[in-house]
Amino acid sequence: MTAAQIIFLITAAVILGSAFMVVTTKNLVHAALWLIVTLFGAAVLFATLNAGFIAVVQVVIYIGAIAILFIFAVMLTRRSMTDTGPGLNRGWWLSAAIALLTFGGLVWLVSGWGGFTKAAPAYPSGFDAVAALAHALVSPEAFVLPFEVASVLLLAALVGAVYIAFQRKGEE
Amino acid sequence: MQSDWTFIGLFLIVGALIPAAAIVVSALLSPRKPNPIKDSTYECGIETVGENWVQFKAQYYIFALVFLVFDVETVFLFPWALSLNQLGLFAVVEGIIFIGILVAGLVYAWRKGMLEWV
Amino acid sequence: MDFWSNPVKFLDDWLTGVFSGWGMAADAARVLTAFVGILVLITLVMVLDIFLVWLERKIVSRFQDRIGPNRVGPFGLIQPFADIIKLIIKENIYPVGVDKAVFNLAPVLMMMSVLLLWAVLPLTSFLGLDLNVGVLYVIGVGALGTVAIIMAGWSSNNKYALLGSFRQVAVMISYEIPMVAALLIPTIFAGSMGINSIVAAQDTWYIVLAPLAFLLFLVSATAELGRAPFDLTEAESELIAGHHIEYSGMKFGLFYASELLHAFTFGGFIAAFFFGGWRGPWVEAYPALGLFYFIVKATIAYWLFGWIKYTFPRIRIDKMLDLNWKFLVPFAFVLVPFLALMHALLRETSFYALGMFLANIALGWATIEILRRRAHGERAKVEGAVEMHG
Repeated sequence: MTAAQIIFLITAAVILGSAFMVVTTKNLVHAALWLIVTLFGAAVLFATLNAGFIAVVQVVIYIGAIAILFIFAVMLTRRSMTDTGPGLNRGWWLSAAIALLTFGGLVWLVSGWGGFTKAAPAYPSGFDAVAALAHALVSPEAFVLPFEVASVLLLAALVGAVYIAFQRKGEE
Repeated sequence: MQSDWTFIGLFLIVGALIPAAAIVVSALLSPRKPNPIKDSTYECGIETVGENWVQFKAQYYIFALVFLVFDVETVFLFPWALSLNQLGLFAVVEGIIFIGILVAGLVYAWRKGMLEWV
Repeated sequence: MDFWSNPVKFLDDWLTGVFSGWGMAADAARVLTAFVGILVLITLVMVLDIFLVWLERKIVSRFQDRIGPNRVGPFGLIQPFADIIKLIIKENIYPVGVDKAVFNLAPVLMMMSVLLLWAVLPLTSFLGLDLNVGVLYVIGVGALGTVAIIMAGWSSNNKYALLGSFRQVAVMISYEIPMVAALLIPTIFAGSMGINSIVAAQDTWYIVLAPLAFLLFLVSATAELGRAPFDLTEAESELIAGHHIEYSGMKFGLFYASELLHAFTFGGFIAAFFFGGWRGPWVEAYPALGLFYFIVKATIAYWLFGWIKYTFPRIRIDKMLDLNWKFLVPFAFVLVPFLALMHALLRETSFYALGMFLANIALGWATIEILRRRAHGERAKVEGAVEMHG
């Protein structure tokens, strides 16, 4: 086994374990903190795949913004820090079955894919993935339109956020 | 590149171990004599009333939402900034459009009073 | 190879050679060498941190017309070591209702989030990783610090700690936007996110090309660091000590040390982004000299943070968020495209540096003029209302 494989196995185990804790722990803030561990594990996986930009973005956006948003939401809505009710509702077996089916389906679909046995082509020496990404995102012959559309999408998200917040303010 | 991330990974491990070691050493050396008064929650000497939960303003959540949008935007702007030297004015115009659309969103949020800390 | 042209590389090769000589695989030897190197670097940083405590106390006492620590050792230099010993042998109190695991993890994460910044801090041309996403890495590591503050505040089971940490986090995420915008500008000029490349590209210091970006970064970094006038979490008069109110002994020490080290690290980033980092006279001939220049510049920037901290009164949270969302964020979104445009227009010309500087002055003047008019309008409104009520 190579060092990269060992790192992958450890990271994957941490991701799975923490994801399991997210859904089983009764303490909502703990769940949010375990979610941060899961998201960080994903960032580590990106880093081992040499996708540095995505790894850092994962931390900046998911941990720096979305996890914080979750914790704020928990603090706003829950009176006590621990959920006293049962952790599972009556439909748990149904959702477990659906999750298992989906997972099985995904495994079945992906198992036919030939990419697992092939080694990825090595990067040419001096290749800078971030610079290549930057050029692809902005240059006129590549993805400039999606780049601009992304800002419209963000605008829509902002307007939506304002709308939701406006309703909340009206209720107070 | 991968060696860069190995380096960061090692930094992460050492950076966590050294402060943890400081806490462990301190736990081994320090006395442990708890009593109920000492262990009570500290609020300037007044006895604590109720839980630690306080009613938070919805404003915290709203600021986090607005922040999320602009955080994603700035992340998009970094690749733009990197390729500016190669593409020159064309990229600048792109960036101005991109930022302009979001500034419109900021103005909208401002006008709707979302940026007030009430 | 000459030792002084790149001592780190020299020692690295030597130690890797030693480990390989013991029969280790080449990769393992390199990783182990990197581990030893990082261990040495972080230990040195922690020692530096101890002296920062002394420096901070000396700075504050000078501002407050006192002498500061002067009993233990010459100029009180041994004082911080006495402080450390005291903190280590102090009792660790766990107040009622504390969430022990989270409570203990928070200071470690806090310190770690600061130490991780040193991985990309360009100490010299050969020390400091030139990560190709370096600038974003700095932001991402800051996000870990935010999580540490929330963890500390929530796990302490204390109203003040929770309120303090929430305010601090609201401020930190708000001020992150102008900070990122300010960091976009060196990225645009250098065409790279690697911090060492940004330093290497500074033939003219970026403080000349973008003084406004420097001011923006200074203000938002002060807020990110949670230092006065933006130290809401530690507003002693209302929240006692904010998120670390319930911490005692070494855990409090870690919060305190991480705050000082964070300020020094950001001083280092100010030096790297705007003051040419390790660049200085004769640095091409003797690269090791860069470390001296860098430390001097970083210390001056650290002193600047201290100057701000002990001069300005604390700002209320609503004013602070107003300042951010209604001034700094719109200003940042004007500044970034404006400087990008000027950079693209002037880059090939012979008066690049002068033109950029004048463009900054013009934008700064226009901003102040707009603010002045607005303020006059507001004042006229208030005074008119007062007159009407007689």
